[in-house]
Amino acid sequence: MATKTMLLVGTRKGAFILESDAARKSWTVSEPLCEGWPIHDISVDQRTGALLAGGGSPWYGPAVWRSEDLGKTWTHSSEGLTYGDDGPKIPTIWNVTAANGSIYAGVEPAGLFRSEDDGKTWSHVGALRDHPSRPEWQPGAGGLILHTISPHATDKNRMWVGISAVGVFETRDGGATWTTRNKGVRADFNPENIYPEFGQCVHKMYAAAGEPETLYQQNHCGVYRSDNGGESWNEITPGLPSQFGFPAVGHPRDADTMWIIPMNGDDRGRFMPDAAAAVWRTNDRGASWTRLAKGLPQQDAYITVLREAMAVDRHDNVGVYFGTEGGEVWASPDGGESWQEIAAHLPAVWSVEAHVVDA
Amino acid sequence: MATVVLPRSLVALFPGAERRYEIDGATVADVIDGLERHVPGMRNRLIDAGPVLREHLNVFVAGQRGELGTAVPAGATIHFIPAVSGGSMRRGTFG
Repeated sequence: MATKTMLLVGTRKGAFILESDAARKSWTVSEPLCEGWPIHDISVDQRTGALLAGGGSPWYGPAVWRSEDLGKTWTHSSEGLTYGDDGPKIPTIWNVTAANGSIYAGVEPAGLFRSEDDGKTWSHVGALRDHPSRPEWQPGAGGLILHTISPHATDKNRMWVGISAVGVFETRDGGATWTTRNKGVRADFNPENIYPEFGQCVHKMYAAAGEPETLYQQNHCGVYRSDNGGESWNEITPGLPSQFGFPAVGHPRDADTMWIIPMNGDDRGRFMPDAAAAVWRTNDRGASWTRLAKGLPQQDAYITVLREAMAVDRHDNVGVYFGTEGGEVWASPDGGESWQEIAAHLPAVWSVEAHVVDA
Repeated sequence: MATVVLPRSLVALFPGAERRYEIDGATVADVIDGLERHVPGMRNRLIDAGPVLREHLNVFVAGQRGELGTAVPAGATIHFIPAVSGGSMRRGTFG
């Protein structure tokens, strides 16, 4: 059966959909969607096929957008997306993730909301913000944001979330209680104790395909793997040109394979090292890394890729994609071996998600 | 009865919504409640926690800048205007 490959791109000025076929050589670019709102994340509810976009308008506040026709028409809602009249205001959504018949939204300031009616109404998962560490939560450069939601693949009561600059939390009881999961992760910016219980700046985290207890994360201070559901982490930075980067994505079927994009550090512009663009891949759980740069600019490339702006598709020959702060989108139809620019003039790209659809 | 004039960027969020409504209400907050009855979901786009009017929205009642509690005289025209300050979209550059 023929397939359509869609890239769902969230930008500073709207969502865009790029489309191609299974070969992924020629792409079209949509007009701006979601009324040009800043969109931090777009994902797919695999249960319903709906596209979900999370963001916030500077004029009209936060909302989760929803399309049931692959992006042609959209609705939106923020009913219940509030900490109450006495609580802090929520300017935007940073992550929207569907799991087990529910939809979850991570927001700024950091907190988690859940919808049981396909995004029409939302309720606060209050136990996370009731965690005793919360008075000490500190923001990262992007704000105090819950940017990562990673449901457990087989246990619907378990989920990990990532908050900058607080770290990873896990629930094993459907959100009623939460536990910090940062053991072994450095916080170099905390000179009194670089291994605190919380206060780490997780940039992106995911659970590996087929191994629900295997987690990977790109942190402000290194790249890490956990083999026990986050109870402890092992650093896998050696072999990379930098410990700093934002996105991290895993192979859709191989838990050993991961792609990241190192940046030159947190205080030198956060560009790709040596102004030469590259994606780095491990095929052995972080024991070794390979630099992938064929087709990417190798000179004067002052490129930044943000935490949600990399994705993989589910084709047999896995496609890898990333979008840049400069509005470019790059695609590799062969696991990162070769790259092609497929959009060059979008607004600043904040998120990329791949969606393969039977045409 | 007041005449409410809505901005294009707001109406565009609600297919079928109109730019002008005739709505009864003693205050701006009452008028927004009336708008919500015409266009479900619109209240959330106008009002933030507090409740207060969203930070980068302005409301003018009979030509004077107002807020949620501002009284609405009979026959007044109410304009909701996106503030110029909301156009920067600077948030999130580093994340």
